[in-house]
Amino acid sequence: MNSAELIAESGRIVDVAGKDAPLTVRGLTVSYGHKPAVFSVDASIPAGSMTAIIGPNGAGKSTFLKGVLGVVPRLSGEVRIFGHPFAQSRKRVAYVPQRASVDWDFPARVIDVVLMGLYVDIGLFRLWGTRHRQQAMACLDRVGMADFADRQIGQLSGGQQQRVFLARALAQNADFYLLDEPFAGVDAATERAIVDVLKSLRDEGRTVVCVHHDLSTVTDYFDRVLLINVRRIAEGPTLTTFTPENLQETYGGRLAATHIDELRLSAG
Amino acid sequence: MMGAEFVQLSLPPIVIGILAAIACALPGNFLLLRRQALIGDAISHVVLPGIVAAFLVTGTIAAWPMMIGAAVAAIVAVVLIEIVKRLGRVEPGAAMGLVFTTLFAAGVLFLERSDTSSVHIDVEHALLGNLESLIWFDAEGWHSLLDPVALATLPPQLSRLAITLAAMIVFLTLFWKELKISTFDAAFAGAIGIHTRLLGFALVVATAIAAVAAFDAVGSIIVIAMFVCPPAAARLMTNRLDHQVGWSVIFATISAILGYVLAGYGPGWFGSPYAVSAAGMIATIAGIILGLACLFGPQRKRTSQSAAGA
Repeated sequence: MNSAELIAESGRIVDVAGKDAPLTVRGLTVSYGHKPAVFSVDASIPAGSMTAIIGPNGAGKSTFLKGVLGVVPRLSGEVRIFGHPFAQSRKRVAYVPQRASVDWDFPARVIDVVLMGLYVDIGLFRLWGTRHRQQAMACLDRVGMADFADRQIGQLSGGQQQRVFLARALAQNADFYLLDEPFAGVDAATERAIVDVLKSLRDEGRTVVCVHHDLSTVTDYFDRVLLINVRRIAEGPTLTTFTPENLQETYGGRLAATHIDELRLSAG
Repeated sequence: MMGAEFVQLSLPPIVIGILAAIACALPGNFLLLRRQALIGDAISHVVLPGIVAAFLVTGTIAAWPMMIGAAVAAIVAVVLIEIVKRLGRVEPGAAMGLVFTTLFAAGVLFLERSDTSSVHIDVEHALLGNLESLIWFDAEGWHSLLDPVALATLPPQLSRLAITLAAMIVFLTLFWKELKISTFDAAFAGAIGIHTRLLGFALVVATAIAAVAAFDAVGSIIVIAMFVCPPAAARLMTNRLDHQVGWSVIFATISAILGYVLAGYGPGWFGSPYAVSAAGMIATIAGIILGLACLFGPQRKRTSQSAAGA
């Protein structure tokens, strides 16, 4: 653990990634009812990085994202996005909720969903025009779904639905992408395609954060990790932070020691 | 049949029926997709205690106190549903069922215990409305539609519903994108800056206004049927939201016209001298259309099944 991380652990400063970092979180607490789902979490995401948020089921990973974006009310804590409150940085942020969180029987075509990503661009009381449609088609093309533009969304496979969600986020042309389990229930080809798009976003200098479940792919896909189990366990480069000790602390008894060994961690 | 008598006796109820049906079917599309279809049911039930309370307070059965009482009751019901949902931690459907049956029962009790028997408020009126009585006394034929003096004597329900429908269309048109996005994906809508809670509340208030305006003219049976049946049937006809809303307007209109005509003239075709309730018949037609859409609608297959195999 480097010195900056140590300083962050003491809770005094967390803006180790810089004042205008894509995300700086101090003491974020979100509660459903009496029990906090996320308790006093700090995080600091530097620009141009690709971070996995890791933790067991019910650890508050999705809630952390929603709390950051104000989709669920925050009990306490401060969130800065590019150095400003989220309301001021909204246009620079794209959020991809869990695929299972929406009703795919909704009467809409693939292109309709992608056009939702252009909402801010289109503006209040107006409808989309040809230019918006072309933009949306370009985003669909980038995820390999251009041929499905007029398909009803309920007719898509899970992987195709996830690609459509990613295309909607691409349409937002954001600098900071937050994705909630983008690889859940998708086929191998889709996973590959999504990773390629996310890595190209990072290579363009944009910032990516994913809630991620598959520990075996963390070192391949992500350069940073944020380990959460209601509280923040650890945060930092994958190389130094994604260690058996930290995973054991994050998952407790729920992750068998043999499973951790199987991951063949570089630092383990 | 299509002469002066038609303009005087049948035209106003048919037009009022169409306006009421469309005003309820339009927000019904969004309620259905938000799995809130029951809220229309809930609101139309709590209208009864609202108007009884308004009568007890004001002592009149003038339209405005009644409508204000109904609107207040609708808002009270919406707040109560939210409270039961949060405190009881029960699903929305259960909370709505609990609140509207309780309030409706309270309304019936109010009615029984208070001295309203002398005036024209009763449970039957609340359920079925009084569509057949909404006649246009001063009409002398089709030319009366161009006569401002005669037009001024149209039943007041007609202009009230026309204004309600116009306001509903303006609301849905202005916030079309926002309603669509927040109905499909509330979390995403919140993240891109749409005030999803406020919009959801506005939709419920619009629903309540439509229910109250329609209730007075056509009773709660039509209101409940129109919130659910035309949108549900329309969903089975298409996979696009704009087309679904269009289909729901068509189905609501067909229900109102066919229902009124069948109620008035249908029994005669079977040798009965009595007409049946227009409100009941309109709701029945709406139900039959839904049944036909279930059997023959092009999109009746649940699309998620095909996705599971892909």
